[in-house]
Amino acid sequence: MPLDTAAIRRQFPFLAPRVDGQTIVYLDSAATAQKPSCVIDALTEAMKTSTGGVRRGMHPLSERATTLYESARQEVARFIGAQPQEIIFTKNATESINLVARSYAASVLREGDVIVLTLLEHHSNIVPWLQLSEEKGIAIRWIDIDDAGRLRMDEMEEALSDPRTKLLAVTGQSNVLGVRPDLATVLPMAKSHGVRTLVDAAQRIVHTPVDVRALDCDFLAFSGHKLFGPDGIGVLYGRGELLRDMPPFLGGGSMIRTVDRAHFLPEDPPYRFEAGTPPAAEAHALAAAIRWLTALPLQDREAHAHTLLSHAIERLRRVKGLHLLGPGTADEQCGLISFTLNGVHPHDLTDLLGQRGICLRAGHHCAQPLHDRLGITASTRLSVGLYNTIEEIDTCVHAIEEIQQAFQQ
Amino acid sequence: MDLSAEHILDHYRHPHHKVWLEHPTVTHAEQNWSCGDALIVQLCIEDDRIAAIGWSGEGCAVSQAAMSLLSESLEDTTLTEAEALSARDVIDLLAIPIGARRLKCALLGLHTLQNAIRAFRSLPPLTWGETVGNAEQTR
Ligand SMILES: Cc1ncc(COP(=O)(O)O)c(C=O)c1O
Repeated sequence: MPLDTAAIRRQFPFLAPRVDGQTIVYLDSAATAQKPSCVIDALTEAMKTSTGGVRRGMHPLSERATTLYESARQEVARFIGAQPQEIIFTKNATESINLVARSYAASVLREGDVIVLTLLEHHSNIVPWLQLSEEKGIAIRWIDIDDAGRLRMDEMEEALSDPRTKLLAVTGQSNVLGVRPDLATVLPMAKSHGVRTLVDAAQRIVHTPVDVRALDCDFLAFSGHKLFGPDGIGVLYGRGELLRDMPPFLGGGSMIRTVDRAHFLPEDPPYRFEAGTPPAAEAHALAAAIRWLTALPLQDREAHAHTLLSHAIERLRRVKGLHLLGPGTADEQCGLISFTLNGVHPHDLTDLLGQRGICLRAGHHCAQPLHDRLGITASTRLSVGLYNTIEEIDTCVHAIEEIQQAFQQ
Repeated sequence: MDLSAEHILDHYRHPHHKVWLEHPTVTHAEQNWSCGDALIVQLCIEDDRIAAIGWSGEGCAVSQAAMSLLSESLEDTTLTEAEALSARDVIDLLAIPIGARRLKCALLGLHTLQNAIRAFRSLPPLTWGETVGNAEQTR
């Protein structure tokens, strides 16, 4: 059954008629998703009724906040097939990846070890490893893509079988090309060579079911805000047996058992990795977002994204001088398509589209090594969400054509 | 950006002084890291006057038009006059509203020019913050 887009749109306040009469066509969900009312309500409700120090205090408000926070952890654990104690709440996917770099990798990897990255990675799955590599003399090995953006599996196999390779950090879905590396092949391959794995699921989690046991990865990171949840909350899944031996990340309150003038004894996971007062209302709202999303049948969500994207690809392909990046099919790309347009810089294009209320992202999308590989400095990205319609895609493509004409006159 | 501002698109399509000088006194490159736009400015300096200016680079209509307009305004000025150019002056030259997200596009040319002159004078380059100055408040 197709998604009832009209009913979904009614749940999103950003689509409500505006006083200035401008309608918003939001085609930038890959940057951050708009929030449905139930998520906004969950956030305000938690702040109204359950503001209290999480796990700090005996009073009823503390207890309520703690209950919200820990039930959110259980909700997230169910969502990705993990145990609650394997779920660490962070600020976003970026912090989750930094946690793995600072805690796990910094304590386990040695000079001369190799970390494998792919050219599809977002800066947040690159820079923490470059920092570590500078500090500890760890080498980074890059896996190339073919011209359509598919990972070079021959290079992957070779890199993973190198005995110096200790960690693979790979995206679950490119935020520029929309391609999803074949994790079902890559992760077991890594495991068979004793290589630990981290999956950056920031994009993938929105479109594709993620089960950490089935994937059999060691770490997996994502942000709440792309998943229709609030800003300021992210998730790190870590395999229980690895978390047990990892040193703390940030130090402070809540992550310790005891402190004296000279020492501290850290808490057990996941608390060991959650220093300071945690975001209880945000966790609660993230759980609401996950419930909202998963209540919509997966098949319908997939069909919706596929229909919109194939339509966008087909329409964009007909624009003269427009070059699609990636394979250029909705079967291989998920939720987004990036492109360049002869004679119109992405910043000009998105600025002018923005003036018409049409929101697309332009730039290098925090993926400079990928743009270098593609031989461009910037691109424009159209990404779709559950609230988008075919008509919105048409409005956008039509506007692109008009802007292009104005530039060519 | 204002598309009805035909002069911006004109300068973008037909930039002025976008030439490579064979014997410049100074050549200097700057980049807007947030978008990758890059400019190279070349100056021939004779007795503290800008005798010739050339530039090259890639980028959006705003950054390219601003550089083109700026280079026109520099024909036969003194270095001191060029150094006195402010962010406000460049925005006035463009004569279109420049929002916060396009400010760096508009000022990349000025930033490159000022740092070319500073390189000539063996002074340390201005930071982006110094070039943008109080343009953000005065807008
Ligand atoms: C693939 C990918 N990884 C990581 C991130 C980082 O997410 P955040 O900025 O929320 O930490 C993003 C989004 O910006 C992304 O698209």
